[in-house]
Order: sequence, then C-alpha cells, then structure tokens
Amino acid sequence: MITSTIVKVGIADVKVANAPHLLKTSGLGSCVGVVIYDLKLKVAGLAHIMLPDSTASKRENRNGMKYADTGIDLLLELLIKQGVNKHSLKAKLAGGAHMFAFRSDNQMLRIGERNVEAVILKLNQLNIPILAQDVGGNKGRTIEFDPDTGLLSIKTVNSEMKCI
Amino acid sequence: MDRLDQLTQIHLDVLKEIGNIGAGNAATALSELLNKKIDMSIPYIKIVDFNELIDLVGGPERLIVAVFLRIQGDAPGSMFFILSPEEADTLVQQLTGDNHFQTTLMEDNPLAYSALSEVGNILSGSYLSSLSDFTTLNLQPTVPTLVIDMAAAILMEGLVEISQESDYAIMIDTMIEEGENGGTQVKGHFFLLPDPESFAKIFRALGVQNQ
Repeated sequence: MITSTIVKVGIADVKVANAPHLLKTSGLGSCVGVVIYDLKLKVAGLAHIMLPDSTASKRENRNGMKYADTGIDLLLELLIKQGVNKHSLKAKLAGGAHMFAFRSDNQMLRIGERNVEAVILKLNQLNIPILAQDVGGNKGRTIEFDPDTGLLSIKTVNSEMKCI
Repeated sequence: MDRLDQLTQIHLDVLKEIGNIGAGNAATALSELLNKKIDMSIPYIKIVDFNELIDLVGGPERLIVAVFLRIQGDAPGSMFFILSPEEADTLVQQLTGDNHFQTTLMEDNPLAYSALSEVGNILSGSYLSSLSDFTTLNLQPTVPTLVIDMAAAILMEGLVEISQESDYAIMIDTMIEEGENGGTQVKGHFFLLPDPESFAKIFRALGVQNQ
C-alpha cells in the first residue's frame, strides 16, 4: 500500500504527481494555480503562476515557471514525460485575486485579472479544455488537487472549503 | 547595481542605516500614540527568493495583518508593516481601550479597522518621510491598504513590480516592540523592499559609489 503524500508547489514553481499523491500550493493571491491533468492515467501537474507574460521582462536567466506562457509550457513538458495523452488533458484553475483595493488604476495593479486572462489564453492555444475555475475576488486561496478524482479543493480564510 | 553579489559591506551598512532611521522614526510615532516606550531591533538585511521571503513570515498560509503601500518617486519600492493577528489585537486594544477587540472579527467592527489602518498609515508614513529626508530622494507613498489574509497572497501581490525583473528581493527588516515588560506586547515588522533599479539611486544619493 502506498501512502499518499502532498507534493508542495512553491511560488513560481511547477510540479507533477500521480495518484494517490496530492498536489498543493498555498497562499495564492494575485498568482494563479493551474492544474493540468489526465484522469485516465491519474497524472496531474500544478503550476503556480505569478506573472502573465515572459516577454515583458528585459532580463535573461529568468525563471520560466514564473510566467503564464512559459510556465504552462514547462508544465505540459513534464506531463508529456509522464506519458500523458495530449488529447485527454483537462485543466482547472484558481487564484487571480485582487488583494489591495486601491491598486486598480494601472496595468500592473490588475495583475490578478491579467494572470487569469493569460492562463486562459495559453490553455486555449494548447486546446486544453478548462473544466472549472475559481478566480478573482479579494481573498487568498490555498488549493489542493487530487489526481485520482480530478477534484480541486479551495480553502480561503474564514470560509468553508469548496471543491470544483 | 544590477546584481546582488555586487553588494559590499558598505552597501549593506547603508541599507541597515535606512532601516534604523525609518523604523526609529516610526517607533517614536508609535510611542507618542500609545504613550509607551517603544524599542526597535537592529535591522536585518536579507537577500531572499520569494519562497524564502514567505517562510520568514511563517509560511504561505500564515494569517497576517499587513499594511501595504507602494513607494513612488525617485526610488520606487514596496513597503509592508506586518503584525500577527494577536499583535494587531493588542495594538488596537491599547489604542481604543476596547479589550474585546479581535482582528479576525474585524469586518464587524469598522472603528477598529479604521484605527488599525490609521496606525499603519502613521507608522509607514513616518518611516518613509525620514527615509526621504535622509536620502534627499523624492519618495511618495500611495494610500496604504490594510489586508488580513494569507501571508503569500498578500506579499506576492506587493512584489509584482520586483518580480517582473528579479527572482530575488532585498529586504530591510526592522522590528519595533513595546519596551516595557509584562502582559502582551505590541510589536510589528517593517519590510522595505526597494525595486531592483532603486538601489543604485539610493546608494548614489547617500554618496556610496557603485563598483
């Protein structure tokens, strides 16, 4: 019998796991947690995305896992190494909140919303259907994904856990 | 100053002095507000990646009370005044004389929310104005926002500007706390996180040459 462990995904990080193990990332604010999974193989990957667009940065040597475009590519690569069928992949996402009320005036300050837009755009380009999402609002989220059931549980401060 | 490994001891000392002056001024302001002796710690300068930064405040899910503001002007950056919910309770109880106050129930108590925001405003404002005087840089704060939520959710949104260009942040951490013993104490941390391009300007303003 294999005991189930929780694979923790840090900020600007990408990891994959097989059932019965779980994937978890904590404290998503404006960041977006993207899960891509193959329910038949019970394999899933989780990316903790901080920023929408890698091409906006002037620097080399950056961490590709930080951005929606490159982070999702890296996630897909890891999943393909696990032998998933590209056509049976599905996605779920959560996060993209707006933690600070005053930051609404410029592009930088809509970062949560822009992260969500960028993630959805990228998933559409890859033809990966999004089955569920819990985005926006002004609360931090901790999410946990079970590759066995395909369910994403979402915890926020002071409210009930929900499952999508 | 594009690379962190170019920082010398002199640079680190300058950053410590910034923490000293800013938090010292804020401690004085808090002392006047509460009519109590307030001490401050020696500032720590830490060069951390984002996950390390979150671990310093107790992990990504840790519930924190944070007053956040952006610094605009010559040397942009982010600033947080961070307390634990218990520390925030003590602070508001001392300010308002309401001993039943609990931060976690703050949504039901607009007066307490407003009191805590205002303390955050005063403390971060005094930190920043002394910093501006000391460096002669033009630094303007945005309106501070009070947020109570998971540490990572709050800190990462405050670091969006820094994360655009860097995977590391230089943090100037100074703690202020009530100097007298006995009972629960008021304390809190100031985190000053200049944007990467601001360091050269800060050092230049203070007459320290970049190598």
